[in-house]
Amino acid sequence: MSKRKVKDSHLPVGECITEVQYVSIILFLCFFRHLLELLKRTVIHGESNSVLIVAPRGAGKTMLLKCVLRDLLQEKEAEKSLLQVHLNGLLQTDDRIALKEITRQLHLENVVGDKVFGSFAENLAFLLEALKKGDRSSSRPVLFILDEFDLFAHHKNQTLLYNLFDVAQSAQAPIAVVGLTCRLDVLELLEKRVKSRFSHRQIHLLSTLTFCQYVQRVQTQLSLPENFPDKKFGQEWNKSITTLCKDASVEEVLRRHFNTSKDFRSMHALLMLCLSRVSVSKPVLKPADVLEASKLRFADAKGNMLHGLSILELCLIIAMKHLNDVYEDEPFNLQMVHNEFKKFLQRKSNSMYNFEQPVIMKAFEHLQQLELIRPVDSSTAKIQKEYQLMRLMLNHSQIMEALQKYPQCPTDVKQWAKSAFA
Amino acid sequence: MKYFSRLRVRRVYKWLGEPTFNRKLKTYEYGSLAINVDGLPKTTIINVGQHILIEGDDEDHPYVAKVIRLFADESGKRKKVCVQWFVRVSEVPLNKLKQLGREPHPQEIFFYQGRSCDDEVNAESILRPVQVVHVEAEAKFPVIKDEDTLFVKLSWDSKTFKVVDSSLVGPVLSTPPLPCPKLSLPPSPPCSPTAAAPLPHPSSRRALPTPDPLIMARACSGEVRRSRVCMSAGKVGSLEAESLHSATKLSASKCLSAKRRSASARTPGVRKKLELNSPEKTTQGDIQGQQLDEKLDSEMMLAQRLSSSPPRMEPLPHCLTPLRSGHRALASPLSHRLTPLRKSHRVVDDEDIVPIKPSSVVLRQLSGVHSPLSPSREDPDSPQQADVVEADVPNSSVLTPKRRNSTPRRNSTTRGQKAATPSQKKEGRTSREPALAVLAEVDNENSPMLPVAATPRSSKRKSAQLVSLRIRKQLNLLDCQLYLNSDGEDEDEFVPSKKELRSSSEDEEEEDEELDSDEDVVSKKRRNAAGLRTPRSKQKSGSSARTPRKTPNKRITPSTPRTPRHATPSIPSRSLPARQPSNALEEARTRLHVSSVPESLPCREQEFQDIYSFVESKVIDGTGGCMYISGVPGTGKTATVHEVMRCLQHAAEVDEIPSFTFIEINGMKMTDPHQAYVQILQKLTGQKATADHAAALLEKRFSNPAPRKESTVLLVDELDLLWTRKQNVMYNLFDWPTRRHARLVVLTIANTMDLPERIMINRVASRLGLTRMSFQPYTFKQLQQIIMSRLNKVKAFEEDALQLVSRKVAALSGDARRCLDICRRATEICEHSAAAPSTARLVGMGHVMEALNEMFSSTYVTAIKYASVQEQLFLRAVIAEFRRRGLEEATFQQVFVQHQALCRVEGLQPISVSEGLAVCQRLGACRLLLLESSRLGVLLRVRLNVSQDDVLYALKAE
Repeated sequence: MSKRKVKDSHLPVGECITEVQYVSIILFLCFFRHLLELLKRTVIHGESNSVLIVAPRGAGKTMLLKCVLRDLLQEKEAEKSLLQVHLNGLLQTDDRIALKEITRQLHLENVVGDKVFGSFAENLAFLLEALKKGDRSSSRPVLFILDEFDLFAHHKNQTLLYNLFDVAQSAQAPIAVVGLTCRLDVLELLEKRVKSRFSHRQIHLLSTLTFCQYVQRVQTQLSLPENFPDKKFGQEWNKSITTLCKDASVEEVLRRHFNTSKDFRSMHALLMLCLSRVSVSKPVLKPADVLEASKLRFADAKGNMLHGLSILELCLIIAMKHLNDVYEDEPFNLQMVHNEFKKFLQRKSNSMYNFEQPVIMKAFEHLQQLELIRPVDSSTAKIQKEYQLMRLMLNHSQIMEALQKYPQCPTDVKQWAKSAFA
Repeated sequence: MKYFSRLRVRRVYKWLGEPTFNRKLKTYEYGSLAINVDGLPKTTIINVGQHILIEGDDEDHPYVAKVIRLFADESGKRKKVCVQWFVRVSEVPLNKLKQLGREPHPQEIFFYQGRSCDDEVNAESILRPVQVVHVEAEAKFPVIKDEDTLFVKLSWDSKTFKVVDSSLVGPVLSTPPLPCPKLSLPPSPPCSPTAAAPLPHPSSRRALPTPDPLIMARACSGEVRRSRVCMSAGKVGSLEAESLHSATKLSASKCLSAKRRSASARTPGVRKKLELNSPEKTTQGDIQGQQLDEKLDSEMMLAQRLSSSPPRMEPLPHCLTPLRSGHRALASPLSHRLTPLRKSHRVVDDEDIVPIKPSSVVLRQLSGVHSPLSPSREDPDSPQQADVVEADVPNSSVLTPKRRNSTPRRNSTTRGQKAATPSQKKEGRTSREPALAVLAEVDNENSPMLPVAATPRSSKRKSAQLVSLRIRKQLNLLDCQLYLNSDGEDEDEFVPSKKELRSSSEDEEEEDEELDSDEDVVSKKRRNAAGLRTPRSKQKSGSSARTPRKTPNKRITPSTPRTPRHATPSIPSRSLPARQPSNALEEARTRLHVSSVPESLPCREQEFQDIYSFVESKVIDGTGGCMYISGVPGTGKTATVHEVMRCLQHAAEVDEIPSFTFIEINGMKMTDPHQAYVQILQKLTGQKATADHAAALLEKRFSNPAPRKESTVLLVDELDLLWTRKQNVMYNLFDWPTRRHARLVVLTIANTMDLPERIMINRVASRLGLTRMSFQPYTFKQLQQIIMSRLNKVKAFEEDALQLVSRKVAALSGDARRCLDICRRATEICEHSAAAPSTARLVGMGHVMEALNEMFSSTYVTAIKYASVQEQLFLRAVIAEFRRRGLEEATFQQVFVQHQALCRVEGLQPISVSEGLAVCQRLGACRLLLLESSRLGVLLRVRLNVSQDDVLYALKAE
């Protein structure tokens, strides 16, 4: 019986994940309390607030907010009165769209169905008028959630932010503005009058996660819940996971991941790769699976592409590498590379033959398409292709590594690559 | 459209009568003033005590006033009018309107008792007389579809509404439903025309149809019978405005109809159209006046005064005559219409061979009878009185029994309908005839009351219809232009019910019958009157045309606004009220919120005083001016100005200074600088307009002299955002105050002190002037004082803590908002740290420090501290590479080499390029590093966004 299948049939995946996420809130408990308290005051006391949640990607900003909202909405008072407006800087790319979206989500009176009537100016005036008419004690509190907050700061004049913060700073309808961003310098983006109106409350979610906690997280993440239908399997599986996490090689892999990034998303991706190797015939997770998965995760994208190149293309890459060595990363053009290649053919090559110019050209173009090389400036118009200056987008180590793995690579090519001078 | 035609009208003002020299004032006082409109052969007479419309800012709503005295200054050149003002609903500020406690009636006006308005105006600004009716405070507003009648219930002294004494105003209208003096003509001495003065209203001119002679001729060719003149005129006359006579005559019938009308709600559409009527009425008034002039010698002042009454009874015969003669000539009306009114009148006389003398005699008699009525009573022109007069006259003269009198009247009205019928049937457009709506309605309402005894006269009617139809067509052509905008809907909606039509025509016939029988008795007098009345029959027909119009309007009434634009902006209200703060800390937090308005603004006394005196002096002098206020954010600029305005408004309320309007715009709260016009206009008048149109309207408002204008104080916040390439918005804002009649004070706020020099071109900066004020950032003492005053004895902070906050903020920015926010955060921290929330605690140094750290500490260092190992390594590699190259920039490739080396040193497994790039991007997303676009791959250049020292410090501390 497939474990995943069972899992799917019982609990939807999304639910599992949120459940696990909720556990991780413990890490941010004080922030959680702070934010909850703040929003409660808006909802219950009608006090306007503004706050920014700043944290690197994948640190759990949205998760924190979601948990807070979940707790907040458990209070009857909040559930009845709170209005929520969710905006995302990537979706609402300018104030016009953002205003329409706000109006729509607030169900103001100029909304018919899903359409918002009126021009940009009218919408703005309407919304401001609406907010102005409200007062602290009688109107419903509105929660504005601005995801990718930094992008809103790029809107013209920052009109939206100014007005939201201004409402939050004046005796109008109670609102709470919560901005989510990963930019530490977000305040510097704000115009001074916008900045002055912002309350300067910032919540920095910095993960203080230690490696032990990380491993713990992995274990909880992989374990089956107590109420898993197949009790016996559940116990066996959980036992195997415990042993797995104690395995030295697994620990090493995890540490490497932990060193690279502490965020849970990359961890989830890794675990997902591991789990995908589990099947009915092999209902356990072995350390080898984890190793394999981690290899996939750490694979070098550009380096892997080298494996698919033809010998000629590889030779051209090697020629470029030599040119880079000689001229210290100065750009090159096709003619130079061809020259270098011809030198190699004349001196050392046993297995390789000269190719026609058009063939070389074709190979060169292919490399460019793969973005292994890239023109120095994009103005291709005036210069003939042969003479356009290019740069190699690969590291030496990548090339050497690829050569090692390249199937049936001629030895003279390998030697050429290793030789310091062409 | 309206205004634009109005501009073309030229009016000539002349004194009537001999002046009496007022020694005290050194002025020549007159009893009346005649107004002639260029191109129209009538004269309107304005008398002392009459209500008039005076040209104002708003084309559609001219000012209303009562003439107190008419005089010329010493030189005798300038004609002045001393007036008692009335205020329209639209002129009362919205917030004050709430005091009314009810919806204001659209035609309601208030007796103005304020002192801020100059009561002396130029006679040239007089538009026309208007009917003002006093309504008891408790009584309902009579429903009158006449735009020209305004109601006074209350007085307004720019602060409160009070019940006004009827003696101050004029005619009393106590029982709402019954007496609806539709257009009670003020029976003023120099003949009735005064009542409805010749409205030099632009629309009026257009509305008056001038039928194409060709068509007329064609119409004439049909059937011509001389004696029909009046009759036919009546039919065709629908085009012409309603006449005075009809109006007066109708009054009785109107009373009947009033009930009905009261039921029907008033639609804006109706009003619009009605407005258009008024001019025509007045013109007829003129006509009548002229006729009277002809007949009556100038010495007959008394008779003239009474003239209002005779017309009422007389119109009947006029209408009747044609009827009696049998509906013969249809064509004649046309010619009649074409000819100048006077001429027509004469023609009628000739044809009917009615001795004119008797009528005049009658008039004289009447006047004799009535002379005892005090002229003063007549002047106010109360509707009741008018009715009385009407009733009296017939009795006294014994010529017409009352009943008859009434019948013919009905008759005449129905007559009009006949003319209307064809139009109704065939052309929706005729319905547009603005002048007719009211009368038509009346007719309809009357008709049911008429006895049904129809004699078929269809053939005649048909011919009549035919003619009128043709004429209508013609007229429509003319009218089309006029009503292009307003009447789009009407066309569709105009579907007169056939029933209605039939009944009306039947009624008409009946009337005719009746008339015929009754006629003889009254004949003499009537005929005579008929001569005079010519215009009135026309008016009748006009009324008929209105019938259709009415119906559609009624139908429109209930319709709700189609566009959601009329929606009222509001946030839904919550079910449970917000909780009040429960302990000292919460209380303190509420008070410290930036939004809470303190009782006073400490530390800005000097600035407050300066702004206050500036604005006060301008308001008192009724002049304009600009002021530029600058200061960094959070120094209380806007708050101070608001405070000043609060005080000034209070002062205005207690009458220390003249009242003024305060409006506020904010550059940040509009999407485009030109929206400023729209917002100003909307806040000033409630009108909505496009930016260009609004600019034009404002320009007009501020540059035209208007006798009664309050000062306007305009606050422009965030001025720098109103910058445009041409700077025309700023230019206008600063130019308006310099106009003579603008009475505009502009206060502008921006952050930078040198804004005028930096971004304004010379002509704008020059207009802004040099009245400047700069708000300095608060010092720590001031900040401390601000917090103390806000806390207002709520003990929540330790002294030292407050001082720490204020010193810290003063050192950084002097932004009061920041200061308050920090204090607020400190109370939160205090509350959280308290073991038991119930125990009252003071916010101490520790809490404040924590709050300060939270808000001011650089997060970069902590962010680096908590970054992953590889990220930290990468940062070190960046620094290493920078040091190696001696440059503050490196490509990823170079840094990566360093990174690999460092990895080996640290004993970590080296990471792949992809992974390295990922690490680099993560750091870039946090803005610890500044990166080029990721498309460049290993070639992208890397810079640090933090100082190297910070990085090293953060990494070492670990």
